[in-house]
Amino acid sequence: MATLSMPTAKRKAKNIFSSPIASAAAWLIAIFWTIPTFGLLVSSIRPEQDINSSGWWTFFSAPNVSFENYQAVLFEGTTTNPPLFQFFFNSLAITLPAVVFPITLAVFAAYGLAWFEFKGRDFLFFSIFALQVVPLQLTLIPLLQLFSQGLKFGDVTVIPDLGITGTYIPVWIAHTIFGLPLAIFLLHNFLSQIPRELVEAARVDGAGWFKLFSKIILPLSIPAIASFAIFQFLWVWNDLLVGLTFGAGTKEIAPMTVRIAEMVGTRGSGWEVLTAGAFVSMIVPLIVFFTLQRYFVRGLLAGSVKG
Amino acid sequence: MSSIGILAARETPWEIVANNFSLLAVALLAFGAIVVLVFLLAERTSVKAQEWIKYLVFIAPAVLLLLIGLIYPAIRTLVLSFMDARSEEFVGFENYVWAFTIPEIVIVLRNTALWVFLVPLVSTAIGLAIAYMTDRMKRPGIIKSLIFMPMAISFVGASVIWKFVYSYEPSDKRPEIGLLSAISKALNGSAPNWLLEIPLNTFLLIIVMIWIQTGFAMVVLAAAMKNIPDEVVEAAMLDGATPIKRFFQVTIPMIRATVVVVLTTITIATLKVFDVVRTMTGGNFQTNVIANEMYSQAFRQMNYGTGSALAIILFIGIIPIIWYNIRQLRRERTER
Repeated sequence: MATLSMPTAKRKAKNIFSSPIASAAAWLIAIFWTIPTFGLLVSSIRPEQDINSSGWWTFFSAPNVSFENYQAVLFEGTTTNPPLFQFFFNSLAITLPAVVFPITLAVFAAYGLAWFEFKGRDFLFFSIFALQVVPLQLTLIPLLQLFSQGLKFGDVTVIPDLGITGTYIPVWIAHTIFGLPLAIFLLHNFLSQIPRELVEAARVDGAGWFKLFSKIILPLSIPAIASFAIFQFLWVWNDLLVGLTFGAGTKEIAPMTVRIAEMVGTRGSGWEVLTAGAFVSMIVPLIVFFTLQRYFVRGLLAGSVKG
Repeated sequence: MSSIGILAARETPWEIVANNFSLLAVALLAFGAIVVLVFLLAERTSVKAQEWIKYLVFIAPAVLLLLIGLIYPAIRTLVLSFMDARSEEFVGFENYVWAFTIPEIVIVLRNTALWVFLVPLVSTAIGLAIAYMTDRMKRPGIIKSLIFMPMAISFVGASVIWKFVYSYEPSDKRPEIGLLSAISKALNGSAPNWLLEIPLNTFLLIIVMIWIQTGFAMVVLAAAMKNIPDEVVEAAMLDGATPIKRFFQVTIPMIRATVVVVLTTITIATLKVFDVVRTMTGGNFQTNVIANEMYSQAFRQMNYGTGSALAIILFIGIIPIIWYNIRQLRRERTER
């Protein structure tokens, strides 16, 4: 009886859940969720005059496509108001090291925390876990001073003033620091699940801690690294706070988010510039998101469901 | 500094990009070279030496960076919060008294409370509903992607998107270009200047954050629902439970732990968010929140005392959540 009833129940389950009402409701919410973005996209390809004189929904009754806005926002500018493409590359130059650095340091630390046996290991792990939620705001002022003045206790100079203000270096370091706790936590979760026999077999074969890492641990942790890399990439690319605090004073290094936020603030920027500009800033994350969504979700789940 | 500015001003954007990318290449190569070199050297040391070198290479860099970059600054911020604007004299609790008595800051705290209450609750509720509706759907992929998409774009981008929805046309003769204004005009014959309308504007900003966070809630909760054993669902169905009843009596209790995790994660994200407010209203018209005011105090007014005090207040709001999460993690570990 039981074996017979199970398939029926399952089919029933399918039927109930894929009931037209539930499906329609879900679709309705999804469409509702997309309309604001869609409106911006449509506007960005309309001529300036159309954008400012009629709603984007009228586009469909009289389609009038123009890529002028993109041309203008990307390539037209002055030395004081550089074109957006410069900021696009700034974002890229900030993001690449800000992904590579923390991942490297984190996979090292996660390996140590997962496989070295030492006193205080759990304490260290929990401390790092707790650091994940420390708001960046709590560290901004001292960190900024640290970059511009170095670190002194009384007369003793612990870290000298390195003269790196106004370069990418503080931005990279700040992103690395802020990304580390989550990276270590996620990678630790993954690395500690590598079968003990595998690690012990390698140790018995005479592999040192470094060989063990490069020959066994690192190749096995590539999927976890990929998941976190996407996470960190989106985080850094979309960040405003760190970019504003550590790189806003200098147009040569400010990321795109800082520029867009500035454009929204100034009265001079009309919707024709803003819509196209906003889309330029979204295009990379959207591509990453839609092509690598699976990895992104995996990272998200590892970080929240387990933790 | 100014000489650098003048020098840079002569460069064309492409030259600046080229310069930046040379620095980028140097930085990445140097970093890679150091890592490889350290590894090659460490690998050659004796087994005995490796027993302590391994801590130096693997654990020390991250721990050192966290100590200097997170722990020390956090403690320093606590100290600064008891000092004056220029961090020269101790002023006791003055900055905290300021935060809780100045009417504008009281509004900031009230708004923050509103955000922290509404965003996690509403996003999680909508996320739960969608996750449940699509749980056994044949192709939920597109629906989920569409709702999840706002998670991929920046808060700044999201703010531009919604600012466009809320945009308002002051002249009666020109048509509205904002969707909300157009709908409002069609229904009521008039549209307010949304972002200036107190207290409606705060809720309009909160909607943006809900729009972003719902996708996160949905994805995590949907994954948890997939883990509910089929037998449990079937048993409930054989008992004749309606989908709604089953949702409250089976699904919710089964994924309770995940719901809590989602709520706390969104709460923390909401406490920290400043981009939305900063981009949409600049914190004006009584829409300010604590994270944005902290930034204004510290980096616009250049008052490190009040800025630090606000950062500490923000952190105090998060402490219970950290404590709860550690307890949860501990319990999970002992179960394993």
